[in-house]
Amino acid sequence: MSIGPAWYLALAAVLFALGGIGVLVRRNVLVMFMCIELMLNAANLSFVTFSRVLGDIGGQSLVFFVLVVAAAEVVVGLGIVVAIFRRRANTTADDLHEMRG
Amino acid sequence: MSLTGPAATLLAATVPDVITFVLCAIVVLSGAVGVITSRHAVHAALSLVGTLFGVAVLFIEQHAYFLAAVQVIVYAGAIVVLFLFVIMFLGVDRRENIATEPLKGQRPLALLFVAFSLAGVLALAAAANWVTGAHKVAGSTGAGHHTDTFLLGKSIFTTYLWAFEITAGLLVIAVVGAVVLARRPSRAHDAPEPLVASSAGRDVGGPGAPAASDAPKVTAGTGAGPGAGAATTGRGSPTPTGKVHEPSGVGP
Repeated sequence: MSIGPAWYLALAAVLFALGGIGVLVRRNVLVMFMCIELMLNAANLSFVTFSRVLGDIGGQSLVFFVLVVAAAEVVVGLGIVVAIFRRRANTTADDLHEMRG
Repeated sequence: MSLTGPAATLLAATVPDVITFVLCAIVVLSGAVGVITSRHAVHAALSLVGTLFGVAVLFIEQHAYFLAAVQVIVYAGAIVVLFLFVIMFLGVDRRENIATEPLKGQRPLALLFVAFSLAGVLALAAAANWVTGAHKVAGSTGAGHHTDTFLLGKSIFTTYLWAFEITAGLLVIAVVGAVVLARRPSRAHDAPEPLVASSAGRDVGGPGAPAASDAPKVTAGTGAGPGAGAATTGRGSPTPTGKVHEPSGVGP
């Protein structure tokens, strides 16, 4: 018998919290993106756990879609980072106040 | 399935399952801590790889084999490589100063907020028996002798077919957006590339220095420097290797 869902969900919650801390604390845009990936992985882990416990394949389908959306998000986000870096010469989130038209 | 308590489920589990889970939890959490605390972006990306592999093993542990493979291929194989590509493109020797906090008291406040939220979520989940709800709504996972890949494909191509089609549109939009974002404007050919000046000036000066004014000096300096141009690529490509620690052409 496998481990109960409580441990997986607690691990996912802690992983999500760590990702949230990273997004709030770090200033590098790339590292903030990585922390968003951490949060997405925590959500994926929760989905798979619920899918196993409830015997429902829908959780795994949703993880599939989350993967696709995360890939698209990373592609566009890193494109934006490169475009910003071309103008601003750094990737610190504090200095990005140029979006005033 | 009896939801008596977390400790009871841990005791009822077999020993390899417990060992796998504990090791994966350690790898996942230490990788996440590494992403947060490493001041090098490359180290953060490598820690992210550890976390992603740990999550993939946890997927296998929960019999989601296809998703574990996709996790390794898409995340560790594509997304992290994309991260590393962008990090290398923007300059690998960027070392962030994470000792000082720009906003006073923001870090303790963030830690307090996240800890409070985490405690609240865990308390709510424990009070709600962690997993409740109807079973097998969108399709069973272990029905008969079908593998999880078969069931997942059946679910995606029947129940979630419309969402799958929209996903295709989303990917096309993302590709077009990335191409548009990465495309230089056509008048950028005669202008000096501001990337060289920026990568040289980011460690020294503040962010206020305009990149366009001192760009010709830097490109001229690196071209005339010892062994700068002729060895590798001729045209001074914006890779900042070796040119960053050269403070001669930086100050305006």
